Amino acid sequence: MNQATGAPLIEAVDVKKHFTVGNSLLAGQRRTVYAVDGVSFKVYPGETLGLVGESGCGKSTLGRCLVRLYDLTSGSILLKGREIGAMSQRELRPIRREMQMVFQDPYASLNPRRRVGDLIAEPLRVHGTASRDEIERRLKELMALVGLEAEHLNRFPHEFSGGQRQRIGIARALALHPGLLVADEPVSALDVSIQAQIVNLLADLQERLGLTYVFIAHDLSVVRQVSSRIAVMYLGAIVEMGPTEALFQAPAHPYTEALISAVPIPEVDRDDRRKRIVLTGDVPSPMNPPAGCRFNPRCRFATELCRKERPVLREVADGRTVACHYPLVQAASAA
Amino acid sequence: MPSSTPASASPEAKAPLLEVRDLRVSFRTERGLLQAVGGISFRVDTHEIVGVVGESGSGKTVSQMSVMGLINDPNAVIEGSILYKGRELVGLSQRQLRSVRGNEIAMIFQDPMTALTPVYTIGWQIAEQLRAHNRLSSGAARKRGIELLAEVGIPNPSVTFDRYPHQLSGGMRQRAFIAMALSCNPSLLIADEPTTALDVTVQAQILELIKRLRRDFGSSIVLITHDLGVVAEVADRVMVMYAGRIVERGTTREIFADPWHPYSWGLHDSIPPMVGARPRRLPSILGSPPSLLDLPPGCAFSPRCPHRFSRCTERPALAGAGDHEAACFLSPEQRGQALAARRRPLKEAS
Amino acid sequence: MVSLLIRRFAQMIFVMLGISILVFLIFFATPGADPASRIAGRNASPEVLAAVRASFGLDRPLPIQYAVMMRRLFIDQDLTSFVNRGEVVVPEVMGAAPVTLSLVMGAAVFWIFGSIAIGLVAAATKGSFLDRLLMVLGLIGISMPVYWLGEIVNLITQKELHDTWLFSWVPQLGYTALTEDPWLWFKSLLLPWITLAILYIGLYGRVLRASLVEAGQEDYIRTARSKGLSESRILIRHALRTSLIAFVTLFGLDFGALVGGSALLTEVVFALHGVGRLTYQALLDLDLPVIMATVMYASFFVVFANALVDILYAILDPRVRLA
Repeated sequence: MNQATGAPLIEAVDVKKHFTVGNSLLAGQRRTVYAVDGVSFKVYPGETLGLVGESGCGKSTLGRCLVRLYDLTSGSILLKGREIGAMSQRELRPIRREMQMVFQDPYASLNPRRRVGDLIAEPLRVHGTASRDEIERRLKELMALVGLEAEHLNRFPHEFSGGQRQRIGIARALALHPGLLVADEPVSALDVSIQAQIVNLLADLQERLGLTYVFIAHDLSVVRQVSSRIAVMYLGAIVEMGPTEALFQAPAHPYTEALISAVPIPEVDRDDRRKRIVLTGDVPSPMNPPAGCRFNPRCRFATELCRKERPVLREVADGRTVACHYPLVQAASAA
Repeated sequence: MPSSTPASASPEAKAPLLEVRDLRVSFRTERGLLQAVGGISFRVDTHEIVGVVGESGSGKTVSQMSVMGLINDPNAVIEGSILYKGRELVGLSQRQLRSVRGNEIAMIFQDPMTALTPVYTIGWQIAEQLRAHNRLSSGAARKRGIELLAEVGIPNPSVTFDRYPHQLSGGMRQRAFIAMALSCNPSLLIADEPTTALDVTVQAQILELIKRLRRDFGSSIVLITHDLGVVAEVADRVMVMYAGRIVERGTTREIFADPWHPYSWGLHDSIPPMVGARPRRLPSILGSPPSLLDLPPGCAFSPRCPHRFSRCTERPALAGAGDHEAACFLSPEQRGQALAARRRPLKEAS
Repeated sequence: MVSLLIRRFAQMIFVMLGISILVFLIFFATPGADPASRIAGRNASPEVLAAVRASFGLDRPLPIQYAVMMRRLFIDQDLTSFVNRGEVVVPEVMGAAPVTLSLVMGAAVFWIFGSIAIGLVAAATKGSFLDRLLMVLGLIGISMPVYWLGEIVNLITQKELHDTWLFSWVPQLGYTALTEDPWLWFKSLLLPWITLAILYIGLYGRVLRASLVEAGQEDYIRTARSKGLSESRILIRHALRTSLIAFVTLFGLDFGALVGGSALLTEVVFALHGVGRLTYQALLDLDLPVIMATVMYASFFVVFANALVDILYAILDPRVRLA
């Protein structure tokens, strides 16, 4: 968990991704889903940025935009300073070696008709000029790296457990030595004891290979464990971003506060039993975001200003930014 | 703070609502007999919430589904005794079971989107359950249905009554499902991972509702989950299952403040903490759960247990004091030593 | 919902227009043969050819020809066949339509009830001997060619066993209009109905069974059981209702195609002068005006059936309605 220093590895600048649903021929029927609506952040080499939020917040869409699985509606993405947001698929091909994705569902993301060896070797064959021997060697290396046996290469995905399949997915993502790994809910579908194994594996790999992670999850305790910095998303925008410890100890945005307080703690007799802040209502649809601050209908501090004007991310403390008119953590300069 | 039930020491104490004795559920498969539940016994008293904790393959869902005879597989073999209000449920005909289902015992499932029939309105489905067990006109059923929706905290209940499941949000759907399950005033509610598919802020709302059910409706609830946090919030007593057996049980306080079984320790440690120091690496249980076709003789957890010793080749029975029992041969002294050994590396790291 | 209806019908008109242009081009604009000689038939004299050219505007540009054709077909309805001298085409097709409609609708009644019954029984007794028997019977039903079956039926009922009490009621092959003699209408159509329906009962019965068994695995069926509902209620009200969506969609398409003329084999075997048989005859004679009219008629029904099925789908499945 390194300090954020130097030039960012990947940077998002005002990224927007909108989807059109409904009959696109008739204007009246067209509706827009504002999945990601103006997101900017930087990820520095060697760190893990946790992206956390509930359903509809846009974190998965953002993750896919980062690795250019989607085209952007607007905004830009800079990988090592190079603008990749507007590149065509062909131009992106060599870039894809540098960033990879690990998916959530270990049961759906592996082609059931291919052997594990073929699945992992595919990126090598598609991109590389590696010889057959070199590929063989790399495959064995990767299996050892993720804690599997070389003989597993000949088996089919359905012969493995969820945790093992996730290891295979990670091995495939690492095949081309990427610098950046975007992990989209990599442990959500796994049992708790297996989650711990995979979380440990990811931490080991980060140290050994100098990887940078963007870790997308809805489980706050897991995100707290793995991330050096966290960005909290709500309805397509980042509402708060900052170092993990500070964010959890003193959340600056009312949504972050409510989110943290909602997580049930597996302990009894907690003296500092935090008051549970139960939010009313459900998350509004990304097709119909409220005017002004997106969180205002559910925020217990909302004022007229919140209903009219959308707040931007502003720095309130060291390395901490919040998008709120009345952040819970005041900027050092304020009274 | 969930209340703890007094240990029912004397046989004259209030009879339990549900009493399961030596329940065994196996499935005949091509590859042999799969032991999903390997002989468990437990009870649920009135007005209490019992948490059943386990990971996949632990048998937590299968054991509770068999209470109502919902295991529809012709290859299933169910043995043992399930006494509900003193009445034996194992061996009842389908017709007899139907008068129990939805009426005395109701179930809530994990994903309300797939658990509700998509082509009928919420209200239609609630009315269907009401009229299956009570003689009601459709008007009376509608009225009662709307009342129920209001009681579970749905705004605009009369409008929601005529909506289809896909038109509601996840939280509302689950509330509507709960309303439907409560419609015939069941004494026992079995909730199978009721909040797993929901966002955490919505989960908080539903857990508040579940706590309220015990208070306002007087139902007992069996809450099946893999989430220890949920159990700590809501349950009075807890049982931890592994490979089809109960490995530990007790009051919530006992299970969390002073767990006895190495599997419980492993589970607790695997959960990343929300406050305090972050461990460098999460302590994890090595290996993976055993195949239910091929359980090891003796303690099912022993292949993965760092504290196993010579006795573990025998199958341990649940033993302990009062309500707190664990299926483990470690004596209290050995337990203390083992725990001390576990805490040491953690202290060094943070 | 209303906007869905309007949209669907607008699409329908659009598609019909496209089909009419395509059909027109096939007949009038394919290189190599003279449309006039195609229309006029094989042994047309030069005067007839000239007359044809004039009345169809074949010396005018293509769009005009198209307009002329459409006008003659739909507005004037004075298109005449040159093969069967003077036979006015459009009334001929309209006269054949009730025959086809009677045949197909009657068969549809049989096949709907038959396949639902078979599907339900097979799904309810899944894995049993009865289930397997029904599925095999279904397969046999699908495999028997309808013309073969029809001929066998005719052989037995008209010839071999005609004099027995079993089949003495079977009238001569042919059609009597409902308005003329309802009882005769019924008697002459009963066997054709059953013959045509057997194929579809087999097919739909199997499809429905598979659909019901799959629905049985769904979570909402488990919920229904946990509510204490009877198995038959669960099967019919929950499983069948959801499976019907796919069933109805398939049915609509098959029905549309049949009304449009796919029942021609049955019509020919049972000497019912429906549109299918008319098309068949016209193809044999290369009677172009008739072919044009029947093709238009057939495509109309298929397109119409498609539109109807889409709307029915929205009625049956609330998830589609408000998308």
